[in-house]
Amino acid sequence: MAEFRLPLNSRVNRNGKVHKAPADAADVRRFQIYRFDPDAGANPRLDSFEVDMAACGPMVLDALIKIKNEIDSSLTFRRSCREGICGSCAMNIDGTNTLACTKACADVKGDVKIYPLPHMPVVKDLVPDLTQFYAQYASVKPWLQSRTPAPPDRERLQTPEEQEKIDRPSACILCACCSTSCPSYWWNGDRYLGPAALLAAYRWIIDSRDEATGERLDALEDPFKLYRCHTIMNCTEACPKDLNPAKAIAEIKIMMAERQH
Amino acid sequence: MSLRSPVGKALGQGSAKDGVSHWWLQRVTAVALVPLTLWFVFALLGRPSFEHQPVLSWIGEGWTPVGLVLLVLVLCYHSALGVQTVLEDYVHAKPVKIAALLASTFLHALLAVAGTYAVLKIAFQGL
Repeated sequence: MAEFRLPLNSRVNRNGKVHKAPADAADVRRFQIYRFDPDAGANPRLDSFEVDMAACGPMVLDALIKIKNEIDSSLTFRRSCREGICGSCAMNIDGTNTLACTKACADVKGDVKIYPLPHMPVVKDLVPDLTQFYAQYASVKPWLQSRTPAPPDRERLQTPEEQEKIDRPSACILCACCSTSCPSYWWNGDRYLGPAALLAAYRWIIDSRDEATGERLDALEDPFKLYRCHTIMNCTEACPKDLNPAKAIAEIKIMMAERQH
Repeated sequence: MSLRSPVGKALGQGSAKDGVSHWWLQRVTAVALVPLTLWFVFALLGRPSFEHQPVLSWIGEGWTPVGLVLLVLVLCYHSALGVQTVLEDYVHAKPVKIAALLASTFLHALLAVAGTYAVLKIAFQGL
């Protein structure tokens, strides 16, 4: 069966370390953060950090950086651009996969609970192992495939309408919020490509300059690679860039059916 | 433990070149079930009596057996496709998975044949 419970060595100890706010703190907010150190040999635990929001930026990432700088330097997470374009700081905040840098602490009610992206192997604390996710992206050949040589003197042209079609799907930053929110990806992630890789496939399938549409559809025509999508739509709900992977997958399924009829 | 490359794992055994007909038939049977189920529910509720004998004679009269046989076959086929999807989603141990898929297929075939036989038997008894 699919494993619905975590294995014994992954169960989270809810009574981790508690870091109290300094006595002169004006606006205290409590952050509960998943901690896991593979070298410690212990189960993961939930640490509490009380942060003075009067001396902290508004976003969850600001709080994480403040905690790392001032309270516990061993707290491990990925971050880079701090403006929602690199996709590094994707994590599960308040029960939803999103980017820590674009999620405001004020939008969370009660304690801010932060976990790594669900159902991925954890490297340390909030850092998931995304090797499989990136490999699945690479497997859909996310690059232009064309038999017609490029014009020698200019770009391959598209009409504005043709560009419009790939405009939104191209905005994917591969943060993995969508794929790791998908139950089908949780249970069958080894065979189901997941919404992010399928959105990338769709982006190239509908690119007017690409001439491998048939081969791309052939490669996806599979009960597991594509058809494990059951239109649950967690992907679209989670996407911090407001993209619509669920619709892209539905469009691929329609194209599959259309070429048979 | 495997030293196979991540992309090698992601590509796996490639595409099965299948799945479209399963997806399509799931939708075709779903669409067919809308009128069939509505007809069945309202035709049955519209009966003046739910006693054994009047219902038996309703099953045998006019086009009713045709509708009932269609309903049984389409329902069983739709259910077989759906249960297969659920099993593939959640059952991962290979021997259990194969056994469960076989059991589901056989059970649905049995239900379809038994249901059809029952309707026809009732219908032909009245002739």
